[in-house]
Amino acid sequence: MMHSAESQNLKDGEVSTGTTIIAIPFQGGVVVGADSRTSTGSYVAVRTSDKIACLSDHIYACRSGSAADTQALTDYIRYYLQQLKIETGRPARVKSAAHLLQKLVYQNKDNLSAGMIVAGWDPVEGPAIYSIALGGTCLKVPFAFSGSGSLYITGLLDSEFRENMSKEEARALVKKALAHAMARDGSSGGIIRTVAITAEGNDRDYTSELPYGPVSY
Amino acid sequence: MASSGAGYDLSASTFSPDGRIFQVEYASKAVENAGTVIGIKASNGIVLGVSKPLLHKMVVPSTCSYKRIHSVDEHAGIASTGFLPDARQLVGRAIDEAANWEDQYGVKVPPEVLADRLGYFMHYYTLSGGLRPFGASCVIGAYDQDTKQYKLHMVEPNGSAASYYGVATGKGKQAAKTELEKLNLHKEPCTVDEAVKHIAKILTMLHQENKDNEGKPLEMELSWICEASKYKHVGVPKARIAEVTAWVQEQLEEEDDDEEEAMEE
Repeated sequence: MMHSAESQNLKDGEVSTGTTIIAIPFQGGVVVGADSRTSTGSYVAVRTSDKIACLSDHIYACRSGSAADTQALTDYIRYYLQQLKIETGRPARVKSAAHLLQKLVYQNKDNLSAGMIVAGWDPVEGPAIYSIALGGTCLKVPFAFSGSGSLYITGLLDSEFRENMSKEEARALVKKALAHAMARDGSSGGIIRTVAITAEGNDRDYTSELPYGPVSY
Repeated sequence: MASSGAGYDLSASTFSPDGRIFQVEYASKAVENAGTVIGIKASNGIVLGVSKPLLHKMVVPSTCSYKRIHSVDEHAGIASTGFLPDARQLVGRAIDEAANWEDQYGVKVPPEVLADRLGYFMHYYTLSGGLRPFGASCVIGAYDQDTKQYKLHMVEPNGSAASYYGVATGKGKQAAKTELEKLNLHKEPCTVDEAVKHIAKILTMLHQENKDNEGKPLEMELSWICEASKYKHVGVPKARIAEVTAWVQEQLEEEDDDEEEAMEE
């Protein structure tokens, strides 16, 4: 939901995940999705990258912005959540994961370029989605979309999103929105990766068959 | 049981030949000689009570003067006894731990984590050179927002922390424990309103049984966490304390009468 200002904040030759990332809730869980293009300028460094990081059993983060920064951040959060689970004996709350990430981003905002979505399920609140923007703003949202490609699908998502979808409907919407973003954003492309997160477990998938191609007319 | 430390009690970093650390045991003595604290975990809340016999006429008799129960966070409170300035330090540490936790993780600290953290802290002071153990015990009552449960913990000078249905410490610990066991809290928890009455009654009984307290008024500090307090740790309202004090007086008079009748045969 914000324009990633990668061109200003990335160093020469630094790799960016100019990206589209999405999280959509359904009854009992959340579907997160991302494209797979990692670019250095106009060169596609990795065509099939995985921008969906596992933070804990039921919490995932989608990464956009500097690949190095977001990888470092998710590594830290994964570690903190492991320690948290040991100390409290209970699974971490999505709220805590988002809060930790917000602190790191805010305190290091001068040196980071990271726009992330933290989404998952916990026994206290059920499904939850948090969007963490460049400066460290953390917002709890009903659904989230971020990255350079997200601009092109704001209208689509606003009109197609409904509460209480089923897992399949949510997944289909995630893929459709990503496909449309990938069609228009040069920094987004490749395959569509999705993860459906529920209390019972997580279901990771990818597809190279986009519901909407770059040219369909 | 008085035993001579015989040179093994000079430092907290010395074990005795029979595996005891005397300095830590002496710290517990400070707690045993101080005012009684009782905590009860009810089915729908937690009640903490402290016996504060008014020491002498010149002390201002209000809860704010040498306060014994402190709030650590909105959802947790500590009733402490022993060497009171030590207890105050521990409360300060608990407040820091709770605030830090919320700052890091965005949620209120879970009760057992708070108790463990305080335990670690107290334990550290039993094995670091130059430091002495804390001469105070803390009874922690807290509400766990995630699991929606109430928890009661006590942390002792040696650093050990445990979770309780009902707990008593301080001078009247033995007598209070006997009374608590009669309540069968581990089999059938009482309600929070009953808990307030039980604690008030036990504290009053203990106060009256001690001849030294003849003529000295008892002041009780009572706090609770329950639905009525919106799940926050607050003092039991004054009106309720007045009601309960009157109820306790009645009860004790009835029991006295019963005893006298029994003796008249």
